[in-house]
Amino acid sequence: MKETAAADTLIRAEKLTLGYETGTVLRDVDFTVCAGDYLCIVGENGSGKSTLIKAILGLLPPRSGVIRYQNLAEREIGYLPQQTAVQRDFPASVYEVVLSGCANSLGRSPFYSKAQHARAKGNLARLGIAALHKESYRTLSGGQQQRVLLARALCATTKMLLLDEPVAALDPVATDELYTLIRRLNRDEGITVLMVSHDVSCALHDATHVLHLSEHGAAFFGTAADYRKSDVGARFLRCGCAPDFPRIRFGFFEED
Amino acid sequence: MFSLLSELFSYSFLVRGLVVGSLVALCAALLGVSLVLKRYSMIGDGLSHVGFGALSVAMALNMAPLAVAVPVVVLAAFLLLRISQNSRLGGDSAIALIASASLAAGVIVTSLTSGLNADVYSYMFGSILAMSEGDVLLSLVLAAVVLILFIVFYNRIFAITFDESFARATGTQVSRYNMLLALLTALTVVIGMRIMGTMLISGLIIFPALTAMRLCRSFKSVVITAAVLSVSAFFLGMVASYAFGTPAGASIVAVNTAFFLIFFLIEKVKGSK
Repeated sequence: MKETAAADTLIRAEKLTLGYETGTVLRDVDFTVCAGDYLCIVGENGSGKSTLIKAILGLLPPRSGVIRYQNLAEREIGYLPQQTAVQRDFPASVYEVVLSGCANSLGRSPFYSKAQHARAKGNLARLGIAALHKESYRTLSGGQQQRVLLARALCATTKMLLLDEPVAALDPVATDELYTLIRRLNRDEGITVLMVSHDVSCALHDATHVLHLSEHGAAFFGTAADYRKSDVGARFLRCGCAPDFPRIRFGFFEED
Repeated sequence: MFSLLSELFSYSFLVRGLVVGSLVALCAALLGVSLVLKRYSMIGDGLSHVGFGALSVAMALNMAPLAVAVPVVVLAAFLLLRISQNSRLGGDSAIALIASASLAAGVIVTSLTSGLNADVYSYMFGSILAMSEGDVLLSLVLAAVVLILFIVFYNRIFAITFDESFARATGTQVSRYNMLLALLTALTVVIGMRIMGTMLISGLIIFPALTAMRLCRSFKSVVITAAVLSVSAFFLGMVASYAFGTPAGASIVAVNTAFFLIFFLIEKVKGSK
């Protein structure tokens, strides 16, 4: 039976079709995420990556097909959204931001418990930002801000992280550091990672699996090694590897 | 100075105004932090104009002003919230549209019935004399509700203010708390506009938060500083209004403006070091 064959499956999407009133964005996408996987979701702009994120988070009901969650409670995905302009200038201390990751486990209580405070402190230490806990979020560098948001996401989950373009606004050094950190969380701590990214070269470096979206649906799903050999992977890698491609775009975005 | 204060406290209507006003100033400052950060500053302004329309109609129909204004403004708050979340309608222009339409309706109704008299003037620019004892009681209850709900939901309000997408993704009922914010703002605006006036109540919401943000580094310190600034500005404004015979609302906003400029300058001096 399928279920016994994949006891460590966390998410299984079958014939997933997604869209809005304006039309269908993704059609018949199949993929599986198992515990400990590092899945990179790649694709051109407008290929439906953000739509898929919403569906995985349970914020957009599928038009047809299903997403099954196994061994994964609803809303047990630690999400790292793309930063908004509001956040970059937000007056909040690092500790306040990280602690707010526990908001989903508040239940009926209005205030955070000792255990939740301990979890926030633990995650600050885990990501090497304990010394920053009193700093104001808006004075941090881009790389430090991403670490803070990662610590917050880890307060909301112990199993799975979903990262939306996590290195979009980072310089090359900070990018490298963040990738190293994510790799450590995945390999040493067994946290399943789903990452949406433009940066394909990295994707292949760390990822165990790749889901490549194109305008009609999934152009490829499989292991990273197979992706490298596939036609679609080879083609995407050739154009995606141009080192300045993502940075020009986000440099422009930042000034905006 | 001391004799001025004791004189001030000897008038019961002034004491009523001071009590209700400081509570409103406190509520407005707390909510203002979240509204300003969420880029909802215009909602307060829009609501006060709707409130003016509702008050004018209530007056024309000889109904209790707050009994009409509270439900109308609460309804408008939900509507404005929905509009400002739906970018396709163009949030800010839609709010401006509703605001000026309500203002126009209010002015027409009053000019057809009682004419533009002192009552209408006091709704526009506020009056400390506007509070009856029933108003005071109702205001006290509403202010208590706003304060208690804000404290109880403080952590969730922080979560949805800082990052709606994350909060939604991890299972916080974001729209429910946005509605709560809109509801509390509506209540605060309705109570506050009697003293501050339609044109000036949004200053009470926006100024303390923006001033506190110049210097404070954490959300909690912004909230506390904004609350302290707001109540101090209210009190100083009232004293100034009494001493110089200036309108209360305008005096309070003037003090708030002074606070903002001081904090702004300190920030600049600190930043240039």
